[in-house]
Amino acid sequence: MSATASRVRPSRPTGEAGAAKRPGRTRGAGLGLLAWVLGVLFFLPIAWMALTSFHSEADAATNPPSFAAALTLDGYRDFFGVGGGASPWPALINSAVASIASTLLVLVLSFPAAYALSINRVRKWTDVLFFFLSTKMLPAVAGLLPIYLFAKNVGMLDNIWLLVILYTSMNLPIAVWMMQSFLAEVPVAVIEAARVDGARLPTVLARVVAPIALPGIAATALICFIFSWNELLFARVLTGVAAETAPVFLTGFITSQGLFLAKVCAASLVISLPVLAAGFAAQDKLVQGLSLGAVK
Amino acid sequence: MTATTAAPVAAPPEPHVKQPSARLRAWATRAPLLPALIFMIAVTQLPFVATLVISFFDWNALYPKARKFTGVDNYQQVLTDADLRHSVWTTILLTVAVVLVSLVLGLALALLLDRRFPGRGAVRTLLIAPFLVVPVAAALLWKHVLYNPEYGLFNGLLHYVGGPQPEWISDTPLLAVEASLVWQWTPFMMLILLAGLQSRDHQQIEAARVDGASDWQIFVHLTLPHLRRYLELGALLGSIYIVQNFDAVFTITSGGLGTANLPYTVYQSFYQAHENGLASAAGVLVVIGSLIIATFALRVVSSLFREEVSRA
Repeated sequence: MSATASRVRPSRPTGEAGAAKRPGRTRGAGLGLLAWVLGVLFFLPIAWMALTSFHSEADAATNPPSFAAALTLDGYRDFFGVGGGASPWPALINSAVASIASTLLVLVLSFPAAYALSINRVRKWTDVLFFFLSTKMLPAVAGLLPIYLFAKNVGMLDNIWLLVILYTSMNLPIAVWMMQSFLAEVPVAVIEAARVDGARLPTVLARVVAPIALPGIAATALICFIFSWNELLFARVLTGVAAETAPVFLTGFITSQGLFLAKVCAASLVISLPVLAAGFAAQDKLVQGLSLGAVK
Repeated sequence: MTATTAAPVAAPPEPHVKQPSARLRAWATRAPLLPALIFMIAVTQLPFVATLVISFFDWNALYPKARKFTGVDNYQQVLTDADLRHSVWTTILLTVAVVLVSLVLGLALALLLDRRFPGRGAVRTLLIAPFLVVPVAAALLWKHVLYNPEYGLFNGLLHYVGGPQPEWISDTPLLAVEASLVWQWTPFMMLILLAGLQSRDHQQIEAARVDGASDWQIFVHLTLPHLRRYLELGALLGSIYIVQNFDAVFTITSGGLGTANLPYTVYQSFYQAHENGLASAAGVLVVIGSLIIATFALRVVSSLFREEVSRA
């Protein structure tokens, strides 16, 4: 907005506009610089975490900090259990299974539902949408105990598929809201044409609607993946040794174990990488997803 | 689009027609919705009903035979329990502080990013990054790498300027948790507010500028009123997530030093103390608290949503 203003002003032939331009420009540059400073400040902890992960444990734990210490992969070797100790791979694989499987399940359930809420609308479709949203506002802890007791009785404690089901329910409302806002953008005429040609609903969904809404579906999937990958409370209570997820593995670092900063940083970074990748991939649609489709 | 929106409302007699074909058609319309709806009711509503039922029982998991109905005893106990009342207070303090601070910081950053300057996209990426660190990892980062009094980055940097060497977590435990959450949630607020800023009516602003309005006047009289609902949305969605926060409290202080919030207390009372009835009563109270926030949140979302629908 201010850019358009300053772009207009120089074209004005009057002398006073030229005089007004200069202080505005220095202030603009100052504000740009301020934005850079704040951006770097917010990123600093992550940059420091990355740098520390490549330091030796001795260099990582100095005061004042050793910025220019020699780089090593020891922190990563330690984290991956090369020199003994628990390997994080089972936890990483569990997290991947829980996140990917629940995201697929969410897509399978939310896509047809979004169709019924945006294209071929059921009666009271807004009420249904708000029902989905309201479940998101019930705190997870409220249902934790019955879920625990149920899982214990049917022998599903420490079972990754229990988490798949819970993560699906956690993300389904977000997905339904996002999907319906993406599907509402699909032109009705295209769908009508396919219908007139005699295509059945599953065919219409798969061949006509899905390809057009693909960027939105991808963003929905990435956001659901992030929330599942991050989840701690359910995983902590409902899993033990076999189904432990990556965030639960990280809780092993809560109490200090001597010199272990480089290892903690390596672990935190490796476990955050999938989320950082998914988040940057979905950057443009991130707001829409996080605000449940309310902001575009 | 508008026609499909209006049709079910404008033609009420049609669905009431008792012809089998009409009913069949209505069910065919509903069919794609049903799997998701049934799944949600089964997985989210049934456990809550169970929580409600259990909350009226005196039930310690270690003595399952002694389970008996006690009416509202658990609620009385929960509401008169000093620890629990303290955790309610902690939850409110934590939520309000984190939401307000990250909202103000997010607004400042959104205003800065709304201007064009070299590297704007790069700064936006840098700012989003904290939100994309796994919450437990972020909490570990703050606890060990930044706050550690002996070799943490904060005291390391203070060392350079000859400053004091505080014990961040034990001196100001709640503030320590709040700061780490503000760091993670400011990007969220910034993203929502930036979207709000970019949806402003630019012609109106140009017109005001031509009429001689100052930047401050434009901000107070045009930008802020426009942003109001985005601020509300950010505050309410943020509250919903932060009221439920478990990861930061669990990781940074393990609920010690007076930082135990309601979710942590509920977790502790059933995971460590095995008091099923008490935990459920506390859980029901968390739900009631969230419902109060949620009612406002739903209203804001629905007003934004209806505006969107009527525009389409």
